[in-house]
Amino acid sequence: MTKQLLSGNEAIARGAWEAGVKFASGYPGTPSTEILENLAKYPEVDAQWSANEKVAFEEGMGAAIGGLRVLVTMKMVGLNVAADPFMVFPYAGTNGGFVLISADDPGMHSSQNEQDNRYLALMAKVPVLEPSDAQECKDYIEFGLELSEAHETPVMMRTTTRLAHHKGLVALGDRVEVSRKEFTPDVKRFSVPIYRKLRRPEVEKRLERLREFAESTPINRVEWRASQPGAAAAKGSVGVVTSGIAYQYVREVMPAASVFRLGLTHPLPSRSLIEFCAAHETVYVVEEGEAFIESHLAALGATNMIGKSAFGVIGEYSPDRIAAAIAATPTAPMQDFSKEIAMLPRPPMFCVGCGHRTVFDVLRQLKVTVAGDIGCYTMGALPPYEAEHTTFCMGASIGTAFGLERAGHERTVAIIGDSTFVHAGIPALIDAVFNGSGLTLVILDNSTTGMTGQQPHPGAGTTLKGKPAPKLDLEAMVRAAGVKQVQIVDTWQRKEVGRAIRAALLQGEPSVVIARGPCMRLPEMKLSERAASPYVVDESLCTKCDACFKVWCPAITRTAEGFPIIDTLDCTACTVCAQVCPTEAIGPVDSRQ
Amino acid sequence: MDTTNLIFAGVGGQGVLLIAELTAQTAVRAGHDVKQTEVHGVSQRGGSVESHVRFGDANAVHSPLVRAGQADVVVGLEKLEGLRYADFLNPVTGSLLVNDHEIIPGSVANAAEKYPHHAMDFLRHKGLRVVELPASRCAKDLGDGRMANVIMVGALSALLALPEEDWLETLKERIPAKHREANLRAFQAGRRLSTDFGSPFGLSGMQPVAGGHRDSGPLSPAKGDNHD
Repeated sequence: MTKQLLSGNEAIARGAWEAGVKFASGYPGTPSTEILENLAKYPEVDAQWSANEKVAFEEGMGAAIGGLRVLVTMKMVGLNVAADPFMVFPYAGTNGGFVLISADDPGMHSSQNEQDNRYLALMAKVPVLEPSDAQECKDYIEFGLELSEAHETPVMMRTTTRLAHHKGLVALGDRVEVSRKEFTPDVKRFSVPIYRKLRRPEVEKRLERLREFAESTPINRVEWRASQPGAAAAKGSVGVVTSGIAYQYVREVMPAASVFRLGLTHPLPSRSLIEFCAAHETVYVVEEGEAFIESHLAALGATNMIGKSAFGVIGEYSPDRIAAAIAATPTAPMQDFSKEIAMLPRPPMFCVGCGHRTVFDVLRQLKVTVAGDIGCYTMGALPPYEAEHTTFCMGASIGTAFGLERAGHERTVAIIGDSTFVHAGIPALIDAVFNGSGLTLVILDNSTTGMTGQQPHPGAGTTLKGKPAPKLDLEAMVRAAGVKQVQIVDTWQRKEVGRAIRAALLQGEPSVVIARGPCMRLPEMKLSERAASPYVVDESLCTKCDACFKVWCPAITRTAEGFPIIDTLDCTACTVCAQVCPTEAIGPVDSRQ
Repeated sequence: MDTTNLIFAGVGGQGVLLIAELTAQTAVRAGHDVKQTEVHGVSQRGGSVESHVRFGDANAVHSPLVRAGQADVVVGLEKLEGLRYADFLNPVTGSLLVNDHEIIPGSVANAAEKYPHHAMDFLRHKGLRVVELPASRCAKDLGDGRMANVIMVGALSALLALPEEDWLETLKERIPAKHREANLRAFQAGRRLSTDFGSPFGLSGMQPVAGGHRDSGPLSPAKGDNHD
């Protein structure tokens, strides 16, 4: 059998392909994005980026009711957006297999909060799978689809950042074609709101069946070491109840402990867990996120467990953290050099040539309050700009700016990217116009979903599969919402950007500036594709006035003599530094030869 | 064999993840169980980037994360980033292999003044083995400064018990044809650099240099951890 080194996300994509998934949808979000990007490579799978997670979920729900095997992917906050269908779908139940990937981000590597989505699944009464390595990421997809079909329920698979982005060896299989299940329109089943009372008992009956299933499924397994099944707890015996990638850390740190490895964490196997707890003197509960398993054990009456009180609820787990919490193995003395030497942080920053830079430079100079949104432009909150003052969630910029304005803060600007505007900004803009706002909105239109790695969206003109698609006309969309003052500017023309935003602020009515220019990371923006040349500094004209340094371009550094120098490998020919140079000392390299 | 623990660190855009992947794939080719970890997303926008690679016997590598004090080698593509992960090194047998190159953080006020230019001397003073290699300059000499990462992985290859032919096969498979020859040259240049700055060592068969000032003379062997 061939084994390949795959990331958790690549393995999920492979698993979906092997298990006969025919339709897959989602919205990009770290750490889930690579699943659909990889799944899209298989011609047998109809994989797509949707406008947002709610739409992605509903499209997947329809495809599953229609009889296909379906995968839907999103990061954990995406499920907040899709919570509406997620809570209702289980009442009807599915037809074809439906697996939802919810990618949690303990440690908030790329998120604005920590959120343990097992609790959303608990609310929705949906079973939860938690794989613990790349192989299981692949295997649990087929397992989940079969579970989904057997119990007519959507299934959630919870991954975490470390699981999604770690790589391990995975044994590959072939694709099994699964034919479409027959779909019989059934009003009493699929029209949930009208017939909800008929469906409600079915949800509980299903959960009861799943509780029994949890007791016997092989993905909940006990590795007996410190004790034996049914034995009384020996003195000093240690058992661990764990799930997800934390299982690997436990194996590393506590090789002598018995381990109850839960692959299905909702519903939990209560009888087996009680038996396991009784067989050990001490039981550690090691789970990333909230005390989901621990609370259940406590409710069952277990008194010999140690969980969040030792391991903590905040942030990501690691072998070191678990070792420190139980102090079972002596660890090498941990040196902490940061107390003795300036360990400068290195926060992320706008890329060389990024079109957002001119906008934030203007906003900084105007000293306006900026309600921001989710995307690369959250970095506008960092030095040197510090010109994004609130950021909460997808699409929140417009509503927040509206509220600030109502609270008397007139000089407020909302700023949102094109993908985020499509995702959740449109209803907010319609509302702002409807309710008489005079807000200024800047849409950073870079033709892609930038932060997650250049995924196309309805305004980009191509699909995930790379096929041409109708391109959403942002200007027409904004005008249709009732905005009369719309300006479109080239985002690299800094004077135009400044003029447009200043003009917008003077309007007493809703005003939108679309700052347009593709993300420099898109393939079509390579210098060779644009027949452009990198820029250079002519030292004979340079007066060392340092104006170009105020562009904050990472490609501009200083020579030993104090002249600016542009890294010609990094330069994107965005021209902004040349625009600010008062002595025309900066220009394309070929014009200087 | 013991598990070998490696950490790769650098700045977004330097190619940290590529050389971590090259190393992990080479270990797979050589028949080892391998785990690797990295974090995507916001951290790639010019921020700190790290990747852990662990390899050893079949089914013996559980956690993808290297534990503090147990890294055999930390490969730093930039000095501040090498410093940042130096506390992961095994204090006795670990080596920091660092590109003698500084990138001033762009979004920190007065970063040029605050930058710890003396970081490597500081670490040597702490008793750590530090090997500074002029990878960026060497890459420029070879025609493309961006190949510093491949030079560094070439230097690393001379320190690990992975067969050279497996490295070369992995490089040939992973690097696009257009850049392949140049990168193979960079890899070999890195192997030579590593030898020039100290005798090559393997992960087994040599005794660690005990105590003392360990920034000169032959490199001590990086020994795998023993917790498996």
